[in-house]
Amino acid sequence: MKSLGSIRRSFAPWNDPEAKPYISFERVTKRFGDFTAVNDLSLDIYEREFFALLGASGCGKSTLLRMLAGFEEPTSGRILLEGQDLRGIPPYRRPVNMMFQSYALFPHMTVEANIAFGLKQDGMSKADIASRVAEMLKLVKLEQFAKRKPHQLSGGQRQRVALARSVAKRPKVLLLDEPLGALDKKLREETQFELMDLQQELGLTFVVVTHDQEEAMTMADRIAIMDKGQVMQVATPAEVYEAPSSRFVADFVGNVNMLEGTIAERSDNAATITGASGARIRVENAGEAIEGSTVAFAIRPEKIKVSSKPPAEGATNVMEGEIWDLAYLGDMTVYHVKLSDGQVVKASALNSARTMDDPLSWHDRAWISFAPDAGVVLTR
Amino acid sequence: MGSQLVSAIANRAVILVPYLWLFIFFLVPFGIVLKISLSQTAIAMPPYLPVFGFGDGVSGFIANLRELSFDNYLWLLDDALYFNAYVSSVVIAGVSTFFALLIGYPMAYGMARAPESMRPLLLMLVILPFWTSFLIRVYAWIGILKPEGLLNQFLLWVGVIDTPLQIMNTNTAIYIGIVYSYLPFMVLPLYATLEKMDFSLIEAAQDLGCPPTTAFWKITFPLSLPGVVAGCLLVFIPAIGEFVIPDLLGGSQTLMIGKTLWNEFFSNRDWPVASAVAIVLLLILVVPMMFFQRAQARAQEQGR
Ligand SMILES: Nc1ncnc2c1ncn2[C@@H]1O[C@H](COP(=O)(O)OP(=O)(O)OP(=O)(O)O)[C@@H](O)[C@H]1O
Ligand SMILES: [Mg+2]
Repeated sequence: MKSLGSIRRSFAPWNDPEAKPYISFERVTKRFGDFTAVNDLSLDIYEREFFALLGASGCGKSTLLRMLAGFEEPTSGRILLEGQDLRGIPPYRRPVNMMFQSYALFPHMTVEANIAFGLKQDGMSKADIASRVAEMLKLVKLEQFAKRKPHQLSGGQRQRVALARSVAKRPKVLLLDEPLGALDKKLREETQFELMDLQQELGLTFVVVTHDQEEAMTMADRIAIMDKGQVMQVATPAEVYEAPSSRFVADFVGNVNMLEGTIAERSDNAATITGASGARIRVENAGEAIEGSTVAFAIRPEKIKVSSKPPAEGATNVMEGEIWDLAYLGDMTVYHVKLSDGQVVKASALNSARTMDDPLSWHDRAWISFAPDAGVVLTR
Repeated sequence: MGSQLVSAIANRAVILVPYLWLFIFFLVPFGIVLKISLSQTAIAMPPYLPVFGFGDGVSGFIANLRELSFDNYLWLLDDALYFNAYVSSVVIAGVSTFFALLIGYPMAYGMARAPESMRPLLLMLVILPFWTSFLIRVYAWIGILKPEGLLNQFLLWVGVIDTPLQIMNTNTAIYIGIVYSYLPFMVLPLYATLEKMDFSLIEAAQDLGCPPTTAFWKITFPLSLPGVVAGCLLVFIPAIGEFVIPDLLGGSQTLMIGKTLWNEFFSNRDWPVASAVAIVLLLILVVPMMFFQRAQARAQEQGR
């Protein structure tokens, strides 16, 4: 099998059958009254992993973290840390620190005192606390604000204090609930990389909740995509993007074109999909889809080539249409091509040259084409 | 233009209302009492001299002013009774406030942590005693505390004691009366601060390694301080000048400034000395009031 994307580092304990998971959720369910926030969820996280939870608002991400931190007990199922069942262990005895989505900064303490709080609790010496606090303030770039109270800070600054406070103790497991949401793009990117460095340097295990896919992709070793209290897929960023396991995941992560059809014929892995209007798509790998089953062919916009002339003879998967809409985004242009069967397909092209010989414009005839391995066949 | 003028005047008027209130209901009576405290007793109606009249003219007014003196204040210093009464009042009010806090804090905490649907009911229960006259409730305590009262009967029946406890007519009875009567004034401000406290702060403290008791002393209690201060002052200030409770529950030997004041007014008919007692009491109370103001200002500055 061809490898997907570049592998950031050769860290992949999840592929190693010998490796023991560090944190295990075993069939965990959490109900609030008759509402099920987390539904029969199983998940393994490995030591030193940077793990991201991605999902729509209300899908149970914070609840999952709160169970791991000890603020909620699972209604059923077990949570294991290093093989030890965490049930009944109070939050202050768990080697887990959490950065709260609401920050939960102590309003009567200065920034410094907030960051030092957990260290004092551990009985660290004064000098060590001072140097650790200084280091944390530097990490979040709040050196000048050490003496301020939380109410004298901006939203983004408060978020950084909350981050510093949770990182300060260097817990074995750090849970970050939307750690960077309130920061501007530049500061967010800087902090992302600093967090990654910190995690690598100290060998910590991070579990991060985020709404920002790009952030999850940048930082995480693996991403769990959640929906309605369940995990839909756990995989590396590249796998989640290039080989989503379901329509939900494909749709949730990035932009995608979903072409519905049925498997007309299958030989080995390759197959032909017939669309509703008769368009035929040749795919190299149809996975488990059996002949005659209804499937979706998911293909990312950047994998589709748009041209103003019919592609050369012998090209696979060519469809003709009309430029319905286009958006110039600077680094690339997004085309919405309306096919003859009425379906609109998104395709994006990198603007690698400043001027184009033959620019496409609204209502121009256009041809799209893509390779047989450019998309995935989804049965779910 | 016209309407702007009207609204400008209306704005001023709105600001004036509280000042007018203070003037009519605080400053004017205060001025009258102050003036009486500077007068001399006399067998007359009203029982003091000089009496300012509108017909005196300027010279009469000045002559009257000349007659005012600080004699009554010097008298207060002279007689140790007054000093002792002030000290004993402050001690009794202080001890009562402490016990009210001790009992009121857990109550307020429990209320603030109760399920949201329960809170209005609990709040109602705290306020409920106000629906009965204060006097009747204090009288009811006599029925409970007297030697043949409910409490002693109960304790005798249980067998904890074999002779009735003498609670009536002691300071203990006064403490019980004051703590009982003023407990709602302690509970309500405490509840107000505890209720709006963010519970996730406690979670954060626990997450950072604090067992629940440490988290309480490091987070909950400091954050509830504005409520503690408000509650303590709301109990302490009226308790100092309390008259009914020491009169009904305390013995004849109880020394409290409220009782002394009553005696000066009604037994001795010495209005000027009584007024001087009242003015000094006011001065004693201004100090904690200023603390209260300071605490309030600080709480406002903290933005919560
Ligand atoms: N204490 C609670 N009582 C009742 N329902 C709760 C409670 N906590 C969470 N829920 C519900 O559980 C669901 C999941 O909540 P959770 O906070 O885990 O969502 P989330 O994935 O973190 O969302 P977001 O991205 O908006 O933070 C929500 O529908 C929420 O209303
Ligand atoms: Mg959340």
